[in-house]
Amino acid sequence: MNTPYLLEMRDVSVTFDGFRAINSLSLTLAAGEMRAIVGPNGAGKTTMMDIITGKTRPDTGSVRFHGHDLTRLDEPAIARMGIGRKFQKPTVFEALSVRENLLLSLSGLRAPFAVLMARLSGQERARVDHLLDMTRLGDFAEHQAGGMSHGQKQWLEIGMLLGQEPELLLVDEPVAGMTDAETMATADLLREINRTRSVVVVEHDMDFVRALGVGVTVLHEGSVLAEGALDTVSADPRVIEVYLGR
Amino acid sequence: MNRLFSPAPGARSFAGVARMAIVVLVGAVVLAGASLLPESSPLHVSAFTVSLAGKYLSYAMLALAVDLVWGFAGILTLGHAAFFALGGYAMGMYLMREIGARGVYGNASLPDFMIFLSWTKLPWYWWGSEHFLWACLLVLAVPGVLAGVFGWLAFRSRVSGVYLSIMTQALTYALMLAFFQNGFGFGGNNGLTDFKDILGADLHSPVTRAVLLVVTGIVLALALMLSRFVVAGRFGNLLVAVRDAESRTRFLGYRPEQVKLLVWVFSAMLAGLGGALYVTQVGIINPGEFAPANSIESVIWVAVGGRGTLSGAVLGAVLVNMGKTVFTAWLPEFWLYGLGLLFLVTTLFLPKGVMGLFGPARHQSVQDVTPEVSSPEGDEA
Repeated sequence: MNTPYLLEMRDVSVTFDGFRAINSLSLTLAAGEMRAIVGPNGAGKTTMMDIITGKTRPDTGSVRFHGHDLTRLDEPAIARMGIGRKFQKPTVFEALSVRENLLLSLSGLRAPFAVLMARLSGQERARVDHLLDMTRLGDFAEHQAGGMSHGQKQWLEIGMLLGQEPELLLVDEPVAGMTDAETMATADLLREINRTRSVVVVEHDMDFVRALGVGVTVLHEGSVLAEGALDTVSADPRVIEVYLGR
Repeated sequence: MNRLFSPAPGARSFAGVARMAIVVLVGAVVLAGASLLPESSPLHVSAFTVSLAGKYLSYAMLALAVDLVWGFAGILTLGHAAFFALGGYAMGMYLMREIGARGVYGNASLPDFMIFLSWTKLPWYWWGSEHFLWACLLVLAVPGVLAGVFGWLAFRSRVSGVYLSIMTQALTYALMLAFFQNGFGFGGNNGLTDFKDILGADLHSPVTRAVLLVVTGIVLALALMLSRFVVAGRFGNLLVAVRDAESRTRFLGYRPEQVKLLVWVFSAMLAGLGGALYVTQVGIINPGEFAPANSIESVIWVAVGGRGTLSGAVLGAVLVNMGKTVFTAWLPEFWLYGLGLLFLVTTLFLPKGVMGLFGPARHQSVQDVTPEVSSPEGDEA
């Protein structure tokens, strides 16, 4: 089961009502790598994340994480293996406070009865405080998450992702709806996270992708169109045709 | 209708729960005490009032059970009276056996209705019913096991919302039809009644009735505190998370079906306990208790009192049932219209129920929240 890759997708296809959302897609990610996925709407970026996280089962092909097949597992099992996901729209628990959101995300207790009997440990408190610092939400810890701004919710969700202590983070359009300053701060945050974890970012915003300074994979009609540094990829005539040149 | 499935407004304060538990305890003790005063005393309370209060508090247990699953896990149950009635039947079986040879047919080992059906021995599921402790076990175990099987199947298949509500209605309706059958072994149409005593104490004596009311008050107070323990801590946060964004919890590594199952089974057991307390004080349990309308009424009690507050459920059950007692004596044919109107008015104008009237302004901010995202599904751009 030795493999040089952390994540390895081979010939993955999935069809929805006759529409090939993913078409023999192959993609690999090395441990510690950060990768940006770009592509026009409908290229299959979110479907790809759905497949990795167990929400959608592929018709054919394999998805391996540390060499373990993911296609047989459901969402909680995959999440517990160390894959965290941030959704395109920020999805936090609106009725709970920022602190309660982070506490629920912390890796560790998952069985309902264990959660029922759980008491807040000093170590958990420290972990939550660290996440509050990292996401600059310390002043809002006791605020209800539903009342936060769009950008703050994005950051809270990234904080929850980190709370899970995943080895691999899948981040879907983290800067949608953010100001330029917030966008650049988010790029810094992701680079910081990438020092210890692998990251896959789906993003439309080219300035943001440039700020990340990482390898880019261009998806088109459910398969990989081009791969490489942003400058190389954006000079590729096929890429210009389907995406950048529009 | 959407309000019935959407998050309960501002439900994160439990300061009132302990206070409500004390009110229930004190109320039960005072009423019970007053009923034992001589009849000439101006403070004397009639036996009728005592059993009425016992009935209200038993219903409050059912309301508490409904609030746990509806207010905190977002499961709009329209069949919880089934668990209540099952608990009632489990206790009723023991009370039937306590009658012994004092029945019409004077048979010490068979309840009257079985002799009437020409049965010669107890069916196997009546074994052990002469023991009070066995009855207590059944009161919790029967609703618990049924809820466990039902919930496991429903939650695992990710059935939720209105579909789950309809299934709970079907569950209670099916049980009602089964219990109406004479051959089912629970007295058919008439149910179980004519009880004489409990643990050797005469059920019709004022002292027994007073004790039963106090016991009901104690059990309800404990149930309130236990429910608060369940919903106030981290598990309560998890319940709210599952209620508001179930699929998000899956990506955090939780299994929402297990979370819901735990609270669902606990809630069914509370309802069963309520039914057992009910039957000792009302003196009859029959298949009518499974009627779908009963379950719907219990949801209305919770809505009126204040969903997702625990204390509100108790308050709503007592208030609405007091109203029902008064109204049905006064204008019986209009009660159902009144109840329907009450539900409409609460849903439209009092989303936090009666509790919302003296609720703290602390949770005002909840009202301002626009739930931008209620489900992380369907994100494909």
